[in-house]
Amino acid sequence: MTELTDLGVRALRDGVRAGSFSAVEVADAFITRVAQAKALNAFIVETPDHALAAAREADRARAAGETLKPLAGVPIGMKDLFCTRGVQTTAASHMLEGFVPQYESTVSQKLWDAGAGMLGKLNLDQFAMGSSNETSYFGNVVSPWRAKDGGNAALAPGGSSGGSSAAIAARLCPAATGTDTGGSIRQPAAFTGIAGIKPTYGRCSRWGVVAFASSLDQAGPMARDVTDCAIMLEAMAGYDAKDATSLQLDVPTWSHSLSPSLAGKKIGILKEYRVDGMPEEIEALWQRGIDWVKDAGAEVVEVSLPHTRYALPAYYIIAPAEASSNLARYDGVRYGLRDLPQGANLQAMYAATRAAGFGDEVKRRIMIGTYVLSAGFYDAYFTQASKVRALIARDFEAAWEACDLLLTPTAPSAAFALGEKSADPLAMYLNDVFTVPSSLAGLPAMSVPGGLDKQGLPLGLQVIGRPLDEQAVLNAGLAIEQRAGFVARPEQWW
Amino acid sequence: MTESTYRIRGETAEWEVVIGLEVHAQVTSNAKLFSGASTEFGAEPNTQVSLVDAAMPGMLPVPNRECIRQAVRTGMAIDAEINRWSRFDRKNYFYADLPQGYQISQLYHPLVGEGHLEVEVDGSLKTIGVERIHVEQDAGKLMHDQHPSMSYVDLNRSGVALMEIVSRPDMRSPAEAGAYLTKLRSILRYVGSCDGNMDQGSMRADVNVSVRKPGDELGTRTETKNVNSVRFVMQAIEHEAMRQVELLESGGTIVQETRLFNPDTGTTRSMRSKEDAHDYRYFPDPDLLPLELDEAFLEECRASLPELPDAKRARYTDAGIGAYNAGVLTAEVETARWFDALLATGANPTQAANWVTSELFGALNRTGTSIEQSSVSPAQAAELLALVADGTLSGSLAKQVFEVMLKTGQDPVAIVEERGLKQTSDTGAIEAVIAEVMAKNPNQLEQYRGGKEALFGFFVGQTMKAMGGKANPAVVNELLKKALS
Repeated sequence: MTELTDLGVRALRDGVRAGSFSAVEVADAFITRVAQAKALNAFIVETPDHALAAAREADRARAAGETLKPLAGVPIGMKDLFCTRGVQTTAASHMLEGFVPQYESTVSQKLWDAGAGMLGKLNLDQFAMGSSNETSYFGNVVSPWRAKDGGNAALAPGGSSGGSSAAIAARLCPAATGTDTGGSIRQPAAFTGIAGIKPTYGRCSRWGVVAFASSLDQAGPMARDVTDCAIMLEAMAGYDAKDATSLQLDVPTWSHSLSPSLAGKKIGILKEYRVDGMPEEIEALWQRGIDWVKDAGAEVVEVSLPHTRYALPAYYIIAPAEASSNLARYDGVRYGLRDLPQGANLQAMYAATRAAGFGDEVKRRIMIGTYVLSAGFYDAYFTQASKVRALIARDFEAAWEACDLLLTPTAPSAAFALGEKSADPLAMYLNDVFTVPSSLAGLPAMSVPGGLDKQGLPLGLQVIGRPLDEQAVLNAGLAIEQRAGFVARPEQWW
Repeated sequence: MTESTYRIRGETAEWEVVIGLEVHAQVTSNAKLFSGASTEFGAEPNTQVSLVDAAMPGMLPVPNRECIRQAVRTGMAIDAEINRWSRFDRKNYFYADLPQGYQISQLYHPLVGEGHLEVEVDGSLKTIGVERIHVEQDAGKLMHDQHPSMSYVDLNRSGVALMEIVSRPDMRSPAEAGAYLTKLRSILRYVGSCDGNMDQGSMRADVNVSVRKPGDELGTRTETKNVNSVRFVMQAIEHEAMRQVELLESGGTIVQETRLFNPDTGTTRSMRSKEDAHDYRYFPDPDLLPLELDEAFLEECRASLPELPDAKRARYTDAGIGAYNAGVLTAEVETARWFDALLATGANPTQAANWVTSELFGALNRTGTSIEQSSVSPAQAAELLALVADGTLSGSLAKQVFEVMLKTGQDPVAIVEERGLKQTSDTGAIEAVIAEVMAKNPNQLEQYRGGKEALFGFFVGQTMKAMGGKANPAVVNELLKKALS
């Protein structure tokens, strides 16, 4: 018999609706599995009561003959960047350790309103800054995946949504929220063999999400397959008057309109994405992807994003600049950590609090951001990067003249070992090379599993779409998913 | 237009003073610039604070349209260019009264561009340029007297909307600066975009002052922060100009710096120099989209503007009201509103203006009442003036009736009826009294008829007295002349 924890969002939802199992049984199964997976360090806080309360409500509603909510009976994981009322929210930082919000983020509230329950708050890179989950104050998440000949080296689950990716891959939850600033949903999804979509900037409200870089941050779902992502995204998206950048648009019923046919679609292949030193296996994966979309009826065309090679440097100016300002509020005055040395004045309190409360990567980005905004450097860095950003957006506009979607690898490699890149920030930043351009342009983009490398580690393919065209992105994701037939799962060692 | 001749006489030369003002005016709105929190003044500390104002994690600003509307209307009232596209920037610095660690302001693309207003100093008109108006958040307030070793923070004001109104360095004397600030305050209050309560901090000025020999290039300026009355602004300029002249003449140089005004001594002192100035790292606020205003919004703003002081004053003088009275009646919006209501009843403008500026202002001054609190309404005043105009009341009876109105709030007609204060023009009654007075005063009659005409006043007085003050003086005069001759 299939374990309940092997089921995805749709199967769990439908099973509860049909009465094949109760929501409480589902919640219990996942709660047990979460409790047994401490070695993965995927959760910062576990909230079994939250999951059970939602499950009981789903069972009660069913017993009462009520129409069940879209996610009734589905327990999920919540990235610990979303503020949750009454539940500690840390952004994986010492700064916010013990911080318990008196408010609920819009996205998490929407999920609870849709009937979902919360299994816990998922680990992440501190303030969502990182690509390996090693910057978390609460220790790194360990990927459930192991390389065939890796000598059992612990692997990175990707980042920053590494708790989300690891938990889904390890079947600790069927789906989770993620946030993506430069690839933080897509890269961890690729590293762990799951699906994840970053919708168009403005689809999901940022209200109540601890900010990293406001003009880039966007929430999105992570799940085991494309359909589950679509179901989750429908619950998470929607206009929010409390976020001035929220899009005032109805939420399409993506999951109902899913279709794996790409007939009539043109899919662009970017010649600039053939980066130097890209592993052969990534090249091969990309070629397989091209074959699959052709098989699904798409026409493949070569397109160009001439400014794409400036995307990464521009991103690593803009994102830290915004972060340096967004993180100024963590000053020890009103909430969170306060380090007040004996006899310290205000300045000394700021210095001590921020020195103790932020990790190295966060400090590095605050310093970079402060530098690029400072008098005398602003034009050379921030203004220039903003221009590059505009040019990249224009490049995409031009590409959409020639094609409907773009297909790329999600990341330039499979998961690397923990510690392998943590001493070299630049090598770490290069992980975002394929994901950052679409973030700068605010475009919808998703990663779907494309297969395994020789080490038996998952690789992901990325589909990028036009603004607001999540449907096309999801459809292409589905077409790839069906052809990739990805069924591999990590062997349980924890 | 004449140039100011105000000069500081130094030891070696005469110096011209160059002044620019940055006025911070709190926007009249029930809610803050980017949060729904209330803006009530004087509430208990930290009771008017939303999650956004306290900069809790994940909180986002959403522009309050009413604040934008008020700033646009203010711009229109000073004939300024309204920028259809503007943007908010973050001004980054750390301070305990600034929860976000940055103030949301508008450096690069302000809401309102070039405008101007006209002031009158010593009878001559001068145009003062306004460079820009932008909207920004106010900070909270530190309280240092609540604990022996700690400072407390009150965030009630945090996030309240301010307009920063930046003048050109067009003023040349303390009097011009005072007139500019007074005029600006008057306009803001007419428009209703700021209550102008300088003592509550709703309006305060940063005063930029430099000195130069007439005709020279601009000198180095200092900025005196947060001066909160017209008088203090003028004092600060006088002191600062004098200080700069003395320093320059003794061979020193002016340091570009921020200074503080001490209202107790009327002097300024250094707060921080340019070298210590913050690097504010301004950049566009990524939480907010650019502000784009459409024609319908601008039209609505324009249509909602009231008649402004200059236009109102011109209308009054056109109606025959003297320039001085017109100035007095239009300076404060409440007075003008009251007076307009009186005019609307059809009252004679000149008589009404004279009555308001003498009788009503006198009474209000005596009782320390503001015109909005006056127990006499414009309609009642109109009724009183009508009773004088139609001869029902003499000037002195009108004063009596007005006194009763002030005390009781009754309508003048009712008072006249109730107390029988009606003036009489009944010639028969008056003639009877005159006959009586003449009979009682044969000596005076004889003297008068013998050529002592000065005694006419005596007979008027006696007659009026006998009539209880209610006789029409003109009729009394006429009848007396006839009877005495």
